[in-house]
Amino acid sequence: MNTIEKEILNLKSSLLKMFLLVEGQWEKGANAIINYDQDIAEEISSSENRINAQELKIDNDCENIIALHAPVAVDLRFILSTYKINHALEHIADIAESIAKYVADHDVAYNKKILDETRLTEMLDVFNTMMDCLIEAFENEDPKIARKVFKKDKLINKINTDAHQIIIENIDKYDNNMLLYLLSSIRKIERAGDSLKKIGEEIIYHLEAKVIKHSQKNNL
Amino acid sequence: MKNKLEAKNVDVFYGKLKALNNINIGITENAVTALIGPSGCGKSTFLRLFNRMNDYIDSFKLNGDIYIDNTNIYDKSVLVDELRKNVGMVFQKPNPFPKSIFDNVAYGLKIQGINDKKFIKKRVEDALMQAALWDEVKDDLDKSALALSGGQQQRVCIARALAVEPSILLMDEPTSALDPIATAKVEKLIYTLKEKYTIIIVTHNMQQAGRISDYTAFFYMGDLIEFDKTDTIFTNPKMERTENYITGRFG
Repeated sequence: MNTIEKEILNLKSSLLKMFLLVEGQWEKGANAIINYDQDIAEEISSSENRINAQELKIDNDCENIIALHAPVAVDLRFILSTYKINHALEHIADIAESIAKYVADHDVAYNKKILDETRLTEMLDVFNTMMDCLIEAFENEDPKIARKVFKKDKLINKINTDAHQIIIENIDKYDNNMLLYLLSSIRKIERAGDSLKKIGEEIIYHLEAKVIKHSQKNNL
Repeated sequence: MKNKLEAKNVDVFYGKLKALNNINIGITENAVTALIGPSGCGKSTFLRLFNRMNDYIDSFKLNGDIYIDNTNIYDKSVLVDELRKNVGMVFQKPNPFPKSIFDNVAYGLKIQGINDKKFIKKRVEDALMQAALWDEVKDDLDKSALALSGGQQQRVCIARALAVEPSILLMDEPTSALDPIATAKVEKLIYTLKEKYTIIIVTHNMQQAGRISDYTAFFYMGDLIEFDKTDTIFTNPKMERTENYITGRFG
């Protein structure tokens, strides 16, 4: 194994660690929302520092490999995609913290019935399966698995679109503040889903050298 | 884009050793084409086909055709001296003659029988300018070329090749003996010369191929494995062997 291969292997394991940290953050976030667990919500804020530190480490490693090893072809694509995936993951972690913030800061729990009606739980489940797919695709370098996220992202988009009307219909039945935070959280999860889709695109770019972002055919 | 040079079904033998195997390629005019590959892959042999330098090797044998401007340069009617006026060459190690800078650059013109001093002076000046050396040596043209730095000596050699106004420039690892500053000057020069010349360069330096060439051909064990635009070769090569070579997995 030559030096650049070793560096790339190390970078891959650093990014995998980042994936797992962010996945853990989301699992906690989902738990905090669904079970109204204020302790978990507080914990999310404290683990954000670890994620930020990991993001900076990966950034630094990417810069060093580019400067010292002048990567080309598959190596260059790996570095470029890692750099973008790293930032997308950090963004997703920020969203997890932001949606858990309501639970940490407010005393009114999300109503179980409205959670079911808006399909928030299902949305979080789909999000988690997208994350699982991406971790598997990244770890095993399998673009087929990465492609699975495109269809799942459409389901997340649909839940988000439907939520607006559901909230309007229930505006007089529940605490308005709670409803607005719920809608806001659904919007944020939808944006986090978009970030996962982008990560899928980057994995495919690394493995197949295909640029599929901004393409209408990215579910092919 | 017009092809200035072309190789069709080219095999090269040195005695029983097959050095090149069925090479087919078109080299674009006014572009820089880099030939890359591990030592012994045939890239220098291929380069030297275009000025018939391999003819000096007794065991050399060529099958197939090499064209420059649609003329088969291995045809019996082609005069090798005339061919070499059109195809300049720069070697790995700077090889100025033990003469003055002026005489080095004027050498090709003089052996062509040109005696017009005014004409020669103009050509020498133009060639040194094209070689980005004029400002450094214009007051020392009588100085021995051997007294120059390595990078300046190499640019004298490039000026010597340019003075006879070829249309093609062959370069066999022209910067491998130079330091990074001299290398940068020669690379900058190559980049500007392509406006007027068709350049083929053999290099072992992958980053150099990336920096200065428009097209890259990867040779391996006598085969042309892949030929494409340089940015494609260095971002998304089609062949696994190319990718393994440029990423340092073998070679």
